[in-house]
Amino acid sequence: MASRTAPATQSPPIPAGLSRDQLLEIYRYLRLTRTLEERLTALYRQSKVVGGLFRSLGQEGESVGSAYALDRGRNRDFLSPLIRNLGSMLVMGAEPVQILRQYMAKAESPTRGRELNIHFGDLERGYLGQISHLGDMIPVMAGVALTFKLRAEPRVALVYIGDGGMSTGTFHEGINFAAVQRLPLVLIAEYNCWAYSTPPAKQFATAHLADRVRGYGVPAVTVDGNDVLAVYEATRLAVERARRGKGVHAVEVKTYRRKGHAEHDDQHYVPKEELERWARENDPIDRYSKRLLDSGWAEQADLKDIDERVRAGVDAATDACVDEPAPEPESALPAVYASPATAERLWFRGL
Amino acid sequence: MAEVTYLEALRQGLWEEMERDDRVFILGEDVGIYGGAFKVTEGFVKRFGEARVIDTPISEAAIVGAAAGAAHMGMRPVAEMQFIDFISCAYDMLTNYVATARYRAGLPTPLVVRGPCGGYVRGGPFHSQNVEAAFFHTPGLKIVYPATARDAKGLIKASVRDDDPVIYLEHKWLYRRIKEQLPEGEEVLTPIGEARLAREGRDLSIISYGATLWKSLEAAEQLERDDGLAVEVLDLRTLLPLDDAAIMRTVKHTNKVLIVHEDTRTGGLAGEIAARINEQAFEWLDGPIMRVTAHDVPLPYAPTLEDYVLPQTDDIVKAARWLAAY
Repeated sequence: MASRTAPATQSPPIPAGLSRDQLLEIYRYLRLTRTLEERLTALYRQSKVVGGLFRSLGQEGESVGSAYALDRGRNRDFLSPLIRNLGSMLVMGAEPVQILRQYMAKAESPTRGRELNIHFGDLERGYLGQISHLGDMIPVMAGVALTFKLRAEPRVALVYIGDGGMSTGTFHEGINFAAVQRLPLVLIAEYNCWAYSTPPAKQFATAHLADRVRGYGVPAVTVDGNDVLAVYEATRLAVERARRGKGVHAVEVKTYRRKGHAEHDDQHYVPKEELERWARENDPIDRYSKRLLDSGWAEQADLKDIDERVRAGVDAATDACVDEPAPEPESALPAVYASPATAERLWFRGL
Repeated sequence: MAEVTYLEALRQGLWEEMERDDRVFILGEDVGIYGGAFKVTEGFVKRFGEARVIDTPISEAAIVGAAAGAAHMGMRPVAEMQFIDFISCAYDMLTNYVATARYRAGLPTPLVVRGPCGGYVRGGPFHSQNVEAAFFHTPGLKIVYPATARDAKGLIKASVRDDDPVIYLEHKWLYRRIKEQLPEGEEVLTPIGEARLAREGRDLSIISYGATLWKSLEAAEQLERDDGLAVEVLDLRTLLPLDDAAIMRTVKHTNKVLIVHEDTRTGGLAGEIAARINEQAFEWLDGPIMRVTAHDVPLPYAPTLEDYVLPQTDDIVKAARWLAAY
């Protein structure tokens, strides 16, 4: 690939201290997120996805850009995604086959068929799946960050909240607690214009999510959420400040949810021209690709090569798990507790 | 041996666990320099420092949520609710997040949520509650409720060491009323999930816990003195999981059961205990399983009202007589 590098004299410098390989790695995560979701859509239409399907179409940039700003690897930084942060999970090391198994409720899925979609975690790789109750992960991730502080480990926790989720009480309790304790926590506030069918004007009375967070003494910036590198750069700064003991920092990302709440939602409440405009003019992957090419940081062949490898990887992951069995019914009983090891099978099942 | 109160026993247990394991830390409202509303953590911040004895904002959901996050990462948090009445503000966090964490995601969540509960103290509707029934229905949680000083110490230590989330209910009416000789320099541990036979008898069993355990014992003595009845009293100690074996043992021994709790009647634990006896020991019963509980009203403040609403020793005596004569 080195031979394809454009001469430095023709290219503007790469921002944010990133290397060309890192730029391409970011592109790969963006493409993987979208390709994997497109595959999930196909599986959903074949009724192979058991429950709902939640797309992050249009939001892949802020997911990947923010997670990429963390130190990743075994027992490094830590994040907790929302349902539209598949890209963040992939950046942290979640494997496509795990995502596919989760959606198809396979026995070998990370939660062994107990939980839906991307609600799963990996403490070593550094991500913690959300529960459906929005806002709850803010106090929980404050507790993760508190542990880093108590142990004097130079690690940072990053947590996402949406323009709807920020209305919950747990959000406000959690962010205030973290701010008071000056915890190494970074908040990514996603302004994606829709909380199910509810627009921001019915959710809060400020112009920006950052305005609300500043009231807790948390420094906050607002960035274009569909500019991957802007998100990366702002998050990187927030992460490094948090790591240096400067307390909670927030990055608000302005973006747009281009699909319904879930696949069943036809978005009849969204102006059609608005959707088309975001798709046409402000797709994060299109913008990023164009910037890579226009700046001479990559060539079309590089991107095409990545696209093909991503597609092949998703094909292989699908083939590997699509025919796997569902969990054994009685596997529903163990591990409610550490002790006792299993719940009791009820008497009528023995009749 | 030294005589210690229920409160001091709890305090000792917490202190010893903090000394033993540096992963243990405390968080809650006014737990630091003030030492907690009832002084359970008095002196802790001086010994263990502000990093391990954390004063929090008035945010029960954040307290429990942060405890959960820290527990995932290998810590052993003990969260204090200033009064257990306020645990309802963390109901979502406990039932949806904490209780399901191991099952849905394999997450270790060893934490303790403890706080003063119960009435007989003129605390009114929001400083007198018993909350066990609200959490009893949630798989994934454990609930302990000591009645004695020994168990106050033994159960807090067992709760801190347990790998599951435990709600530890401590009765504020017992805090300074109950005293017991506890050995010094000997580890006091009460296994979670084991009831204790507090009094032996052959005529009738009373199953109880918490403050009403003492009222039941008082009633049993009176019944022996005045009626010649030998009343057995079982102290449940752990409410979730219930010690079915101990319950059925006493049922089979006396064949008549009175269940006594301070919590309100409808949806209270007595209903579940009665159902289990019905399923597991129906043919051993010589009478209906009866309940003595609080009336189904919020707990009022005025002494005349509170005394009327809550079960009293005299109520237990009368109910036991009725059942003995059945």
